Amino acid sequence: MSNINNINTNNSNSNAILEIVNLEKRFGENNVLRDISMSVFEGEVVSIIGSSGAGKSTLLRCINLLEEPSGGDILFHGKSIITDRQSISRYRAKVGMVFQQFNLFNNMTVLQNCVVGQVKVLGRSRAEAEETAIMYLDRVGMYAFSDALPRQISGGQKQRAAIARALCMNPEVILFDEPTSSLDPEMVGEVLGVMRYLAKGGMTMLVVTHEMSFAREISSRVVFMDSGIIEEADTPDVIFTSPKKERTRAFISSIL
Amino acid sequence: MPQSFFGGVSFILSKYWSLFLRGTVITVVVSLSGTIFGFLIGLIVALLRTIPVHKSDKPLKKLSVRFLSVILSAYIEVFRGTPMIVQAMVIYYGGLSKALSGLHDIYKGIVSAIIIISINTGAYMAEIIRGGIISVDSGQMEGALSIGMTYRQVMFNVIFPQAIRNVMPSIGNEFVVNIKDSSVLNVISVAELYFMSKSAAGAYYRYFEAFFITAVIYFILTFTVTRILRFIERKMEGKDSYTIHGSQSYSKASIHITSESKTITGGGLK
Ligand SMILES: Nc1ncnc2c1ncn2[C@@H]1O[C@H](COP(=O)(O)OP(=O)(O)O)[C@@H](O)[C@H]1O
Ligand SMILES: [Mg+2]
Repeated sequence: MSNINNINTNNSNSNAILEIVNLEKRFGENNVLRDISMSVFEGEVVSIIGSSGAGKSTLLRCINLLEEPSGGDILFHGKSIITDRQSISRYRAKVGMVFQQFNLFNNMTVLQNCVVGQVKVLGRSRAEAEETAIMYLDRVGMYAFSDALPRQISGGQKQRAAIARALCMNPEVILFDEPTSSLDPEMVGEVLGVMRYLAKGGMTMLVVTHEMSFAREISSRVVFMDSGIIEEADTPDVIFTSPKKERTRAFISSIL
Repeated sequence: MPQSFFGGVSFILSKYWSLFLRGTVITVVVSLSGTIFGFLIGLIVALLRTIPVHKSDKPLKKLSVRFLSVILSAYIEVFRGTPMIVQAMVIYYGGLSKALSGLHDIYKGIVSAIIIISINTGAYMAEIIRGGIISVDSGQMEGALSIGMTYRQVMFNVIFPQAIRNVMPSIGNEFVVNIKDSSVLNVISVAELYFMSKSAAGAYYRYFEAFFITAVIYFILTFTVTRILRFIERKMEGKDSYTIHGSQSYSKASIHITSESKTITGGGLK
């Protein structure tokens, strides 16, 4: 089921959307990311797993420039986004992000949440933006709640609205940082359902998750991070059944 | 001149009602304008004081932000740390009086009062609004940045509206405080309610009766304003119900839902 044909073919980086090259991140003395290198290719779903504090969130936040990398480079279609700060807005619009805490705008309805970015960043007309918003809200099953404020809907609904908000920007890749970790168990399924649907539709995704069976099911590749480094990256089958590294094996057996 | 208390009150009222009325109008005008301008000053100061500085910013930007922040906190500390009555004297005799010397006395008083109240209120508002900005969770800022909105766009479209709503009670409170505290401006001869009351009282040496009337007027003002503000706050909370749209078809058909039934699930995936 998984697309495994582009592992270890990183020598031809022409179709890589994102290339992370020797990325470093320090918080004071704390070396949170050390020499991280990886690529994300079009249509891939890459899952990042690892214990808490491994640096998974920091990696995603660096990719979206919510954190300033301390070293290394991030290439988007071969161009460094770190040196070119002028186009940071356009870059971020193309790299969507979905957060553990949803981060919807509390002063806006679900529809307005999806519209404001399109109008302010992409310069779309309000009518056009609303049409796009309604289309994506319908896809994630949230059209019915267009007029609701975030405080009036459940966690699962908030997360689906947040996904619609990201989709409205027509991103080339979406970063998910533990999108189901703050949800009640009965709501996890509806959000994973939306993500599964996106993956099937060919959306390029980079997903930090603790939902191992989900990661195994939808990923083209799984990246295991441990204390700031990429310990192992391989197909889901290899990572979950016959990992090559001892640490990966220990982590997998601790969670299964 | 009647000797009884109520007799005195009604005598002063009938003789000086227009003084009280004019004083009341000026008190309302200067405290309302002072609160509005003070709010604007506070808004700007709070905005400037919450500009983030990144390590990657140019040294010039870092330096000017730091310089500005020193100036602005000095302003806030000084104006919150000294009485408005003293600020009035210093500002008025320190140049404001001369600067406004072309104006008729009444207008000179009103303009001076508005300027002094605005500067004073601005210092308090700046801290109130900054608190409001900080109280909006930073996740919303990140959510907005992540779709490409600029810091300024996020501030104006997302953070500010919520910050202002959060601090509405404190802003209203500043207005009420200003209605009362504008009375100190009688020291620079602003013809507000307290100043007018003094004239009314002094004519027949009926201080008790005159200032009893004054107290009643101040109370009615603050009481009314408090009620109005509470009403506005309730309006600003927003509706707690929303309309459920017919899913899938974008049909006009819709169900009205109150927040009690908010967990109804929407349509599924297509
Ligand atoms: N803003 C920050 N300041 C200081 N340390 C941080 C900050 N953000 C994260 N860290 C540290 O970086 C490490 C990795 O954090 P994080 O990326 O959140 O891990 P994960 O998402 O894998 O659980 C942790 O030790 C955390 O304490
Ligand atoms: Mg995390």
